Amino acid sequence: MGLLRKIRDTGRVAEPAPPRPEGGVPAKARELGGSVQVRCVDAGSCNGCEIEIAAAFNPVYDAERYGARLVASPRHADVALVTGPVTRNMAQPLRRTVAAMGEPRLVVAVGDCAINCGEFAGGYGVEGAVSDVVPVDLQVPGCPPEPAEIIAALRRVTGR
Amino acid sequence: MPAGASGDHRRAAESDGAVSVIPAALATATALGGAGALAGCSLPRGMRIPVVGALTAGVGVGGGAVGVAALGGSRWAAALPGVLPLAGTHLAVDALAGLFMAIAGAVVAAVAVYGIGYAAGHGPHGLGSRTAQAVLPLFALTLVLVPVAASVSTFLVLWELMALASLLLVLAEHRERASVRQAGVWYAVMTHLGLVLLLIGFALFAAQAGGETFAALRAGAHTVSPMVRGLVFVLVAAAFTSKAGAVPLHAWLPRAHPEAPSPVSALMSAAMVNLGIYGLVRTGLDLLGGGPAWWWLGLMATGGASAVYGILQAAMASDLKRLLAYSTSENMGLVLIGVGASGLFAAYGDRPLAALALAAALLHVVNHAAFKALLFCAAGSVLRATGLRDLDRLGGLRPRMPVTAGLFALAALGAVALPPGNGFISEWLLLQSLIHGLAVPGVAVAVVLPLSVALIALSAGIAAAVFVKALGVGFFARPRSEQAADAKEAPPLMLAGMGLLGAGCAALALVPGLLGDGLDRAVGAVGLPGSGAVAGGGLKVRLADVSATLSPLWVVAALTAALLLAVGLPRLYGRRRRRANARLWDCGGGAPTPRMAYTATSFAEPLQRVFDDVLAPEQDVNVTPVRESAYLVERVRFQHRVPDRIEHRLYEPVLRALAGAGQASRRLAGGSVHLYLGYGFVGLVVLLLILAVGW
Amino acid sequence: MSTAVGYTAVAGQIVVVGAGAPLLTGWMRQVRARLEGRAGAGVLQPWRDARKLLRKEPISPVGTGPAFRTAPALLVATTVVAAALVPLLSTDTPVSGHADLIVVVALIALGTLVLALAGLDTGTAFGGMGASREMTVAALVEPTILLSVFALSIPAGTTNIPAIVHGAVDEPARLASPAGLLATAALAVAVLAETGRIPVDNPSTHLELTMIHEAMVLEYAGPDLALVELGAQMRLTLLLGLLSSLFVPWGIATSPSWAALAVALVLFAAKLTLLGAVLAAAEVFWAKVRLFRVPELLAGSFLLALLAVTASYFLSGAS
Repeated sequence: MGLLRKIRDTGRVAEPAPPRPEGGVPAKARELGGSVQVRCVDAGSCNGCEIEIAAAFNPVYDAERYGARLVASPRHADVALVTGPVTRNMAQPLRRTVAAMGEPRLVVAVGDCAINCGEFAGGYGVEGAVSDVVPVDLQVPGCPPEPAEIIAALRRVTGR
Repeated sequence: MPAGASGDHRRAAESDGAVSVIPAALATATALGGAGALAGCSLPRGMRIPVVGALTAGVGVGGGAVGVAALGGSRWAAALPGVLPLAGTHLAVDALAGLFMAIAGAVVAAVAVYGIGYAAGHGPHGLGSRTAQAVLPLFALTLVLVPVAASVSTFLVLWELMALASLLLVLAEHRERASVRQAGVWYAVMTHLGLVLLLIGFALFAAQAGGETFAALRAGAHTVSPMVRGLVFVLVAAAFTSKAGAVPLHAWLPRAHPEAPSPVSALMSAAMVNLGIYGLVRTGLDLLGGGPAWWWLGLMATGGASAVYGILQAAMASDLKRLLAYSTSENMGLVLIGVGASGLFAAYGDRPLAALALAAALLHVVNHAAFKALLFCAAGSVLRATGLRDLDRLGGLRPRMPVTAGLFALAALGAVALPPGNGFISEWLLLQSLIHGLAVPGVAVAVVLPLSVALIALSAGIAAAVFVKALGVGFFARPRSEQAADAKEAPPLMLAGMGLLGAGCAALALVPGLLGDGLDRAVGAVGLPGSGAVAGGGLKVRLADVSATLSPLWVVAALTAALLLAVGLPRLYGRRRRRANARLWDCGGGAPTPRMAYTATSFAEPLQRVFDDVLAPEQDVNVTPVRESAYLVERVRFQHRVPDRIEHRLYEPVLRALAGAGQASRRLAGGSVHLYLGYGFVGLVVLLLILAVGW
Repeated sequence: MSTAVGYTAVAGQIVVVGAGAPLLTGWMRQVRARLEGRAGAGVLQPWRDARKLLRKEPISPVGTGPAFRTAPALLVATTVVAAALVPLLSTDTPVSGHADLIVVVALIALGTLVLALAGLDTGTAFGGMGASREMTVAALVEPTILLSVFALSIPAGTTNIPAIVHGAVDEPARLASPAGLLATAALAVAVLAETGRIPVDNPSTHLELTMIHEAMVLEYAGPDLALVELGAQMRLTLLLGLLSSLFVPWGIATSPSWAALAVALVLFAAKLTLLGAVLAAAEVFWAKVRLFRVPELLAGSFLLALLAVTASYFLSGAS
């Protein structure tokens, strides 16, 4: 019963939802109608962005309340959250992952590394930014971006 | 003294209804069988196979016609004094015999057609050889004639002929593989062990009952003491359950069936093992007239053990034909549970329930024959196309052999006992008879019935896993070897034979009511009242306070309607119509090779872990170090096998004891003539003493 | 009775299970979210997911065959037929005569089987793994389910579900007997295993090596995925509905009248809401059991079912 007491004492952890982000829903995403399944792809990041994405889905920020849900396979997903500069070894897998997603699909580049290679620009193992490998629909700048910003990008896709 | 031997050669015949169908069809079948044997011996290879196949199919049709006539109510009996020395031949056809003849006839006819195509593809040896082609019609004939026997000597002669014929056929491909010879030895020994047990049991019974014809046995059974009846039943049951493939005397089944040519495997699994059940029902319920509860509890225990053990071994097998052989063992176990339940209920006086249980068991025999013959024929088709039986090296056969794959799937649906397959219908009836058996008093009954239901459920669940494995690993996904990749569809005759069997499976699944009255008459032949369970629209169970119905046709119709609904609604709502062909999701790392797919062994691994204690798998790791240093490894050899534990625990000690006894008795053969004369003298004196004392 | 009420009841059952299943899933997710301190996506989210998936592009991976393509529809079809048969709203429908408990159990097993074949048809390692594990769990659950069927049919004298439910409505003492309670417990564990919920399987896991059901469906996309998810949700709804019909049967219409049907609908929704909330709350407290401990769990439920049968036999006075 310790857990039951803890649940009762903790109550609601999720912070109230911030106002809707600016910018409308991208044309592609209008068909999705408020339901977005997300597949995270780590194309070579330092895992800082991964930690922030994980935080975005925790009880405090609770990205699920806006209709976004993490899934296990790109076939189930509509949005690929790509982090990190794309390393040489991850270039082809990233292309295959995005190709495995069904239309309509979006690619969201999370973090400075994903947008323009950030700190790792020019590295010998780096192929390029995400937009050099697959077409990118939304960008979330930051190193790492705050969970609130990641959620704002997802809210633009879901429209909630 | 054998009662049927009359001095003159007049045939004593009686028949009801359709007067001359049965003897005419029997005579035709025998004549065709003989002609087939002659043709197999004498014709050149090109003509031999089709002619023998056609004649064998004729034997099947003739036998089937007798069976159908008998199921329709005709009966026939005859005594032929001259055919067998001393005892003469007695023949009788009733509905029970008719059912098994009909099954055997139908299976023989379809498999014979299939066999023409199968044998044509092989070389001069194997199934197409003179010996095999000569023996095949004879084997088919004995399958059809064994139920007709109406005296002990006739029965045993036909039984032995069947065993010899099947032995020769099992050995047909002995030039190709060494394991065939070993399989032949096991089969020969065990079937003759069964024959000896039958001989002793029947001789005992005939001596005590005062006659060797079945009529005399039936009449005299009540005069035999309970102890002798029990002994007779045990001996006879051991022999018949061994023929049916039930544990513990099943060891010949997983050896002989894979090594025999596929048409022969189909005949053995779908027609020959049924005769074990026939013998059991005929002797236990008809001739002996039922018995005390311990007979039937023992039979149910054997059946339950066979069902679970058989299907577990099938789950572990990666050899397709071995898997199917063990599945036969499982299904015969289920039938034995039904027969045992029937005897048990009859022993406690609840005859309607006993009739229901027996009807369920017999219906399962019919259904099993249909789907098992088709499964073996499809496995033969795969074997012919790829040369492989090993599921771990097959795969990807569906696009290359679509008809075979589709028919295998149809038969597998029957084997997993799920609607809309035909296996589900008989299993449903069996479960109904067991569930309502609690009306019968007795603590033993109250314990055994729930356990039987649990064992049937477990075996059904594992059977589903087994056939998902066989179908999914063997036919779907991509080929795991070059031979599988080069597979081509079977020739038209083989497909025709399989198609006939498939039509049979479908008919049994959709309209089992066709069998209805025949099944009741077969049950009535052992003296139990007709249950009316299988009737026009489906199955109905109507007992004193109980009712249940199953309408297979309704289930199929409902599923079809629901399928149309499930397919249509998304189409209405979806926006994009064109289906994209995408690359398989391989986690991005590169195209998955067939080596990455699950094999049959890996599929069965969770089940093997769960049943670790029962199966006792063996693992062997052999590390060969480099010559220069024991710390560096040159080669590692890993071997994993799941042995047949009953063989390990039961057979090997017995065989070792026999071998030891044989070695020890070599000392008796000293080589000295005086010793041998001494043996003869002592033997004679002992015999005279016994005769003097016993007289 | 082939009356209009009867046909409406059957159609109503299918519609309630079909349309209510995503609602039940949403409700369960919402309960779980609130217990975990989150806000949750709302009860209607699974409907939004289904609507979106239906509008996505259908994909056929190269190398898969008819087994893969037809499995989602077959899964939904078997669940629809089972939903029509089980007396969720009324025991007096035109199909009541066909509603045999063994047939319903077998139909659900058929759904599992076709999905396992689809998993093997993909030829990927995860598909095979999911199929292998799913069939093992299904094989081990069968004895429990059939023995529970046995236990339930003893007092009713038949395996016909409307008759069992009718009997239970007339004699409520049957349900509170030891046999009834044991059978409830056994069937509850069996339902958890059959629908792939915690503690047997985690439906929302991403770790493939812990997956049982999800691993088989990793390859599905778009409308096929919608059908697969709908099928899984419908099975959960149906099995919870079966549990409630068997063990809390009050409210089910036993006569062909519109008023009784309306009451049955409301009560069914209430029962399922309660059951779903209880299950979701329980999932917050439980952890998924290791795959190789699942047989122990199922063996325990089997023993409960066996005890239910023997208790039912010995305590009913027949000896």
